[in-house]
Amino acid sequence: MLTILFDGVAYGMLLFILAVGLSVTMGLMNFINLAHGAFAMLGGYLTVVLSQRYGVPFLLCLPVSFLVTALVGAVCERTLYRPMYGKAHLDQVLFTIGLAFMAVAVTDYWMGSQQQIMQLPDWLRGRTELFEDTPWRLGMGHYRLFIIAVCGLLTLALQYVLSATRFGSQLRASVDDARVAAGLGIRVNLVFAVTFAVGSGLAGLGGALGAEVLGLDPTFPFKFMVYFLIVVAVGGTSSITGPLLAALLLGVADVAGKYFVPKLGAFIVYSLMIAILIWRPHGLFTRQGGK
Amino acid sequence: MDARSSLLHARRFKAAEWAFWCLAFAAPALLPSHALMLNEMAIVALFAVSLDLILGYSGIVSLGHAAFLGLGAYSAALFAKFILPDPLLGLCVGVGASLVLGYLCSFSIMRGSDLTRLMVTLGTALILLELANKFGDITGGSDGLQGVVMAPLFGRFEFDLMGQVAAWYSIGVLFVLFVLMRRLVHSPLGASLMAVRDNALRARAIGIHVNGRLSLIYTLAAGVAGAAGALLAQTTGFASLDVFAMDRSADVMLMLVMGGVGWLYGGVVGAVLFKLMYDVIANITPQYWTFWIGLFLVVLMRVGRERLVRPWTWFGASRKEQA
Repeated sequence: MLTILFDGVAYGMLLFILAVGLSVTMGLMNFINLAHGAFAMLGGYLTVVLSQRYGVPFLLCLPVSFLVTALVGAVCERTLYRPMYGKAHLDQVLFTIGLAFMAVAVTDYWMGSQQQIMQLPDWLRGRTELFEDTPWRLGMGHYRLFIIAVCGLLTLALQYVLSATRFGSQLRASVDDARVAAGLGIRVNLVFAVTFAVGSGLAGLGGALGAEVLGLDPTFPFKFMVYFLIVVAVGGTSSITGPLLAALLLGVADVAGKYFVPKLGAFIVYSLMIAILIWRPHGLFTRQGGK
Repeated sequence: MDARSSLLHARRFKAAEWAFWCLAFAAPALLPSHALMLNEMAIVALFAVSLDLILGYSGIVSLGHAAFLGLGAYSAALFAKFILPDPLLGLCVGVGASLVLGYLCSFSIMRGSDLTRLMVTLGTALILLELANKFGDITGGSDGLQGVVMAPLFGRFEFDLMGQVAAWYSIGVLFVLFVLMRRLVHSPLGASLMAVRDNALRARAIGIHVNGRLSLIYTLAAGVAGAAGALLAQTTGFASLDVFAMDRSADVMLMLVMGGVGWLYGGVVGAVLFKLMYDVIANITPQYWTFWIGLFLVVLMRVGRERLVRPWTWFGASRKEQA
């Protein structure tokens, strides 16, 4: 029982790290970026290639994939995304689907279409069992524990940056109303570029962490795009607590659903999402007053 | 010209349109070896036009239009297999099933932003996919529903292996539904839909029942997509899970955008272009054709999609955009 909850939480935390960048970009620039998964895939492949082919230690791979993906994100933002901000949502959706298509084909070309196997270091492979003889058995894979720890720390750091730093308040102001924020002298474009880069970097890090759990092959951006979008749509785009709770809910519901009724697969998740969106069209955790 | 006659003029059939449809009906006879492809084109064209009704004329961004295509395909295939193999009755069943589903789903797209609609429509298609997979003993699951044998059309015309009858059948259905939709969008009802698309708030203020209109058009578009699905299942004798897949919904959106949104012929033109493009690219690089489709999309969106169908704006007109 508790094992399912634990796995669900680990999965949810991972989804949160993957999707938080998407949520902020959507809230900030009202831009629907369906190519977000491509950044996560980049991070995943970087980690696999670095650690398997060049023997770079796993712990070093994670920050590297964060930085490289963030850099790529920043470059893409300046060259590709910026001209698309003012356009209609339909254009944005098709533009980013096009980018995702290209990313999938290019990855397929370079890396082959097979699933990549991630070798974890030994100290992350074990499993700890607690309360073994009670109905509340809890089996914790060490790697999942590691994921929860890393993602938890990142979440706290993000929350700190958002709520207690100057940049965070500039970001929040820009999300609430970009025009007024610009009028007050906040350089909204710069704020956005930095946020986009960090969001892409976090996706890359999430992809690196998740390569072992989620599986990594060239169709990754499309396979998980739906999940990222669910997190964002259900969580709302005005804070990071919304997506966090939505991601945890989604993770637990997905793991539990697959465990208890395996044949129905993702059915439960989608039904839950539609029900929530009909009930609260702007997401579960929206604040009134923001734009 | 006064307002009334100019409106009437806009909805009259032009000579070019007559020529286009004559050509469409002559095509299976002129190119008998490509009849299968023509059939496919007619079906995706019908699907794209149905998406145009909601995307182009009512401004609803949908990534799950394949839900209705799939439902039409499965209900027509099941009807033919277990009840009656008559094609036209099966078509009606497919359309009817999709109409019902479309009406029910139309309540889910009334509220919320584009993102909400995107997710709700996508979720609906995925739920149907899961259901079709789950009830594998009826639908055949991931193996697809096989062994659909159709009776001759009107009791006279056998579906042949070359696909000529199938192509005429699909083009005929496309023509009939196209004329009906053309009538619809040029009617006052169509005008009110476009008013809703352009500004729902003001449309409501002049007394248009916005939710009712959205529900109506969503239901109708679902029915047309169901017809496309029924044609697909009947002419290929097969229904598989990929009719619900997201690629279908994304492809059809791409076709529509290639041809031009908010213009019924856009769906037809886009479907023909897309199929030809797919054929050419997939012949050159079967594995990596998505790259070229993606590149095409990116470039197209970057320069502005409304300019593809208006070649005279390709050069020199960019000044206005820069200004």
